[in-house]
Amino acid sequence: MVAWCPDWPVVAALAEDGLPTHLPAAVFHANRVVASNAAARTSGVRRGMRRRDAQGRCPELKVYAAAPDRDARAFEPVLAAVEEVRPGVTPLRPGLLAVRAPGRFHGGEPAGAALLAERLVGLGVWDCRFGVADELFTAEHAARHAERQDCLVVEPGESVPFLRGLPVEVVEDSPEGRDAVSLMKRLGLRTLGDLADLSAVDVRDRFGRQVAWVHRVVSGDGAEALAPRTPPPDLACHVDFEPPLDNAETISFSVRQTADRVVDQLARLGLVCTEVLVEARCEGSSEPASARVWLHPRWFTAADLVDRLHWQLQGGFRAGEVRAPVDRIMITPLTVVPDAVHADGLWGGTDERVERGIARVQGMLGHEAVVRPVLQGGRAPADRQVLVPWGERPAGLRPTGPPWPGSIPPPAPSRVLASPWSAAMVGPGGSTVGVDERGGVTCEPERFRPGPSGDWQPVAAWAGPWPVEELWWEATPRRVARFQVVGVDGRAWLMTWDDGVWFTEAAYD
Amino acid sequence: MTPAPATLDTIAQLRSRMAGMQDGLPRLPLETHPALTGLVQLRAGGSYAVDSASLALALLAGPSKAGSWAAAVGVSDFGAEAARALGVDLDRTVLVPEPGEQWLEVIGALVDVVTVVLVKPPGRVPEQVAAKLGARLRKRSAALVVLGDWPRAEVRLTTRSPAWSGVGEGHGHLRARRILVEAQRGSAPPRRGALWFPAEDQTYRRAEDPSFQQGLAPVAEAAS
Repeated sequence: MVAWCPDWPVVAALAEDGLPTHLPAAVFHANRVVASNAAARTSGVRRGMRRRDAQGRCPELKVYAAAPDRDARAFEPVLAAVEEVRPGVTPLRPGLLAVRAPGRFHGGEPAGAALLAERLVGLGVWDCRFGVADELFTAEHAARHAERQDCLVVEPGESVPFLRGLPVEVVEDSPEGRDAVSLMKRLGLRTLGDLADLSAVDVRDRFGRQVAWVHRVVSGDGAEALAPRTPPPDLACHVDFEPPLDNAETISFSVRQTADRVVDQLARLGLVCTEVLVEARCEGSSEPASARVWLHPRWFTAADLVDRLHWQLQGGFRAGEVRAPVDRIMITPLTVVPDAVHADGLWGGTDERVERGIARVQGMLGHEAVVRPVLQGGRAPADRQVLVPWGERPAGLRPTGPPWPGSIPPPAPSRVLASPWSAAMVGPGGSTVGVDERGGVTCEPERFRPGPSGDWQPVAAWAGPWPVEELWWEATPRRVARFQVVGVDGRAWLMTWDDGVWFTEAAYD
Repeated sequence: MTPAPATLDTIAQLRSRMAGMQDGLPRLPLETHPALTGLVQLRAGGSYAVDSASLALALLAGPSKAGSWAAAVGVSDFGAEAARALGVDLDRTVLVPEPGEQWLEVIGALVDVVTVVLVKPPGRVPEQVAAKLGARLRKRSAALVVLGDWPRAEVRLTTRSPAWSGVGEGHGHLRARRILVEAQRGSAPPRRGALWFPAEDQTYRRAEDPSFQQGLAPVAEAAS
């Protein structure tokens, strides 16, 4: 039996955003529609359409980027729900799964499918279709022909007649398949039955391997064995407090044993955890009040887990996120890797020492106080570097590769001010220097003051402006221009004119 | 009258033994940026005061390039790109931009694990604090680079007469800078050296300029 959830990428994307499924939405890859839902299709959005065209036909279309991870993640609860009813589930791809057809225990195949449909609807998957047949290919296409939340049973021995009636477009899954379908139509082959009447050798020579395989199935000779998955072990642990606790120290202390259990459980499977979700639930609510994903540059030991929980709770209590006493802490490992990956080298160990020293500083000042500099692309010096909290992965870095028009040529400034200083720059007669529409200066700079409290000094040399047009598409574009200014004391500054106001961004010290 | 070479050897030997006894432990030399050779040699346990961010980064770059870890405490305006250009390995660099009141404790914890720490002290540092931290540095064989003033600094590096080239009245851009660095070690006469920081080709090196050569004279002797 095959269960099929149509348009799964769209369903998964909408579910992740918590949006209802009746909104038109489509998932795009390389600017082309790869999946759309029924609402989008009624507006004329089709697979393979460019984004501009799709949005032209349906302006309220929700646009998502293709994310196979997201699809697989969202499919996991569906697999688990089916597994509860009928073990031995084979995930074929996100949105499609196979399982041995339910037998008499569930009262026959249609009744079993109804039971599964009920479970899936309970998960919020309204559109699920089931197909039962002798082998996988037929069952999949039976499911595609079934009504919503319904089951289509192809009786034993009926597979070949069923398949023979299908149009050749069912092969159209891959680029190779699309070419083959186009060729078959031009050759006058309309259904799989027409294809099956040809000889196997001819089909393989003409249409390639994939069609040859379909040909074999339609001829009644392509049964594929299922490879059922082993359900993943449940690694999450939680601890309940009775009575609920309202102090970060007490909670952390009480979680110690649970943290040990998480790490022990993983160790027994030969795994270590590098990413963990820590959640705290308050008394009287079912949603966690504070949830945070923590990463570790090596792996979490029990003490690390307790530390992270402590930081999270301290922050949560301070920020008012956690208002009521906490009655449950949940620790869920998100990324686990075999411990061999992280085993110490024979002569290594220095980095672990560094790790511990830095963890001590983090313990003193908090998690975000220790950072690691990472370079990225950008125009302003402050945009070209990011400070990533120690132990976290930098996300959303801009590529350094492509040229950044308007960036300042090297050398890079040795001081990049965390927050720009307000500065001043005047020309002859004490008028503030500005930049005109064409990117030229309104008057020669004569004196400047790099900081709000510093002394004025004459300009010895200056270069610029490097104009940067930011947000030019808005009604009042922001015009920014950068200058390099050298004072008579020989020190150089990177100063910015931002629509009439001067700032100092960096110093060449 | 010049003493016999044998006597000079004995004196040098005795001096080195005395130096060793004064510090308790033999002071390991740390890798130093090639541009600063002859001006300053980083040693484990020493503290070095500098007045320019790029010189401070250059001091950090020596050990970092050689594979050690480096840290910067209280430097909220760390120029990561300039640091990399000088040879600092950013993968082995940790920053604590806002250590607040606990900056001394943070340095104390970091010198246990990293080889060189750059610090910008928030205010004047009392003599005894510096002495205490110095003992810790010697014990852990780490070096401290201070951006600002520091009592008991082993060497003080001062930048004099920086001169930028490549920039004019509204044209060009900053290309190269020539600085004169003065290294003051105790009460000894200062060593001077002219550096390209950076040069036209964006390297950091000594400037071979005859007008600064007399300033370099005592350097050759000290480097040996």
